[in-house]
Amino acid sequence: MGFLIIAINLFALSFAPVLTPFTETEIVGKVWEPGIWATDCSAEVVKSDGPCWAQLNDNRMGGKSWLGTDHIGRDLLTRLLYGARNTISLALIITGLSFIVGMAFGFLAATMRGWVDQVVSRVVDILMAFPTLIFALIVLSVAGTSIPVLIVVIALLDTTRVFRLSRAVAMDITVMEYVEGARLRGEGIMWVMWREILPNTLPPLVAEFGLRFCFVFLFISALSFLGLGLQPPTADWGSMVQENSVAISFGVYNPLIPAAAIAFLTIGINLVVDWFLRKAAGLREEY
Amino acid sequence: MKDSLRILILKRLAFGLLTLFIISVLITLGVEMLPGDLAQAILGQHATTEALAAIRLELNLDRPLHVRYFVWLGDILQWDLGTSLVNNREVADLIATRLSNTLFLASCAAIIAVPISIFLGMLAALYRESLFDKIITMTTLTTISVPEFLVAYILIVILSVEFNVFPSMSYVSPDFRLWDRLYAVALPVMTLVLVVVAHMMRLTRAAIINVLTRPYIETAQLKGMKRSWVIMYHALPNALAPIINVIVINLAYLVVGVVVVEVVFVYPGLGQLLVDSVSKRDLPVVQACGLIFASTYVMLNLTADILSILANPRLRHPT
Repeated sequence: MGFLIIAINLFALSFAPVLTPFTETEIVGKVWEPGIWATDCSAEVVKSDGPCWAQLNDNRMGGKSWLGTDHIGRDLLTRLLYGARNTISLALIITGLSFIVGMAFGFLAATMRGWVDQVVSRVVDILMAFPTLIFALIVLSVAGTSIPVLIVVIALLDTTRVFRLSRAVAMDITVMEYVEGARLRGEGIMWVMWREILPNTLPPLVAEFGLRFCFVFLFISALSFLGLGLQPPTADWGSMVQENSVAISFGVYNPLIPAAAIAFLTIGINLVVDWFLRKAAGLREEY
Repeated sequence: MKDSLRILILKRLAFGLLTLFIISVLITLGVEMLPGDLAQAILGQHATTEALAAIRLELNLDRPLHVRYFVWLGDILQWDLGTSLVNNREVADLIATRLSNTLFLASCAAIIAVPISIFLGMLAALYRESLFDKIITMTTLTTISVPEFLVAYILIVILSVEFNVFPSMSYVSPDFRLWDRLYAVALPVMTLVLVVVAHMMRLTRAAIINVLTRPYIETAQLKGMKRSWVIMYHALPNALAPIINVIVINLAYLVVGVVVVEVVFVYPGLGQLLVDSVSKRDLPVVQACGLIFASTYVMLNLTADILSILANPRLRHPT
């Protein structure tokens, strides 16, 4: 189930331009045209050929807007697909970055101990004492909202959490005999980290990757929703909700679609992480 | 024994103060890193040199960095937060009513959320693996994975658009009476409650289950103690520390989560002011709001740590 959701999202991400006849910022119809669910299927409208849903009125660009249009008449499905592309890839970049940096520092702190560990841990403590959203907002107000700033800020915030976990997990590994053996053999720190610690810490870190990805994804969406993340006209699920939020008061529920898409993806990932953890735990029981 | 406890708490307090200090330094440094300086940010690109010089003098920009930092810190401590760059109003005035609005919203949510989540968490822990537990676990997992604004909009759709029970915009003004206020904040409070209860309930459940698997609980059960007594005398006192921790941490979360919810419901609170000021790059206001949010967060976390040290004898002797 979880895999299916992720697969759908990856599919949308890779094939966005092929799947839709429109481009990201193209205006294709009237404002807030309803999608297929609102197609009038009463007898006089339905033509004889084809099922009812296929009769969705062609808009003036000659295509169908399956999910309706947004506040300035752009096709919602198209924006949703491109939004998947922008938000998910951004979240992937950020999570990847924070894992590389966080794991490097975490392993380093665990293998070297001493003052390196002390310094890095205290810095992380202080960063973690700061509420993340407020931190991001302050930095964005100073540096302005651009994609590089966004990446650096969120990655920094996320790195602290990754560091905590990878340090804790690596601590358990560094006291193992085989690590000691490797050290006595005269292997360098890099070799120990790469060949001994990394493979043994992988399962919890992979699970954490999923959870952190969800966190980053929700974080970007929240920032975009506040109008401080990805800037228009770039499509993003969070900002799509915000742009269209006025419609809700008029009983047009289009803005709920991207919000639901966000929820859908995060639930999917959580399910997979759960499954993975249970599998990892199950394997351990078999030994 | 008493002394070691005191030292531990003092240490924790010192760390909290240090964090606050570093936060304030970071906030000032952030402004320093602006391209150009604050004077230029106020007057814009086409300012005359004389005007820039005048403003620099007014803002003490001619003095060295550390002097300015302490002047700024002194001002803040006297609740003089400077003036807004956008409309030249005193930041302290801007913030005062909004701060009380935000506190009102957050405390309403807390008053409802804390008892509910502890009660549900205990029930789920006692009847774990039952249908009730599974339903609750699934529901809360879903609520956690969903962005706050979706919860908010779903509530708007159901309660405001379809059934017209509550207003979708939470406008409050200082002359509102308590009842009108409560009516206005009903939906944002519900949103916050839903989100926070999910977190708190899960953690409470985990904390109690953790205690229930201990050997002394088993001993108590085996010697024939009644289930309710076991829970009252053995489980609850030992689960108290983690539960207090959970509550306070979630209150801290509430303070931050309020930002998004305020924006959704156009509630005139501090969070909205912060978001507005960030997009207008109105730095004095951002500094002040950020400082208030951050210090509340730090204080609450500090309280959580100290309370759990007090409630758990084992934490008093760190190895």
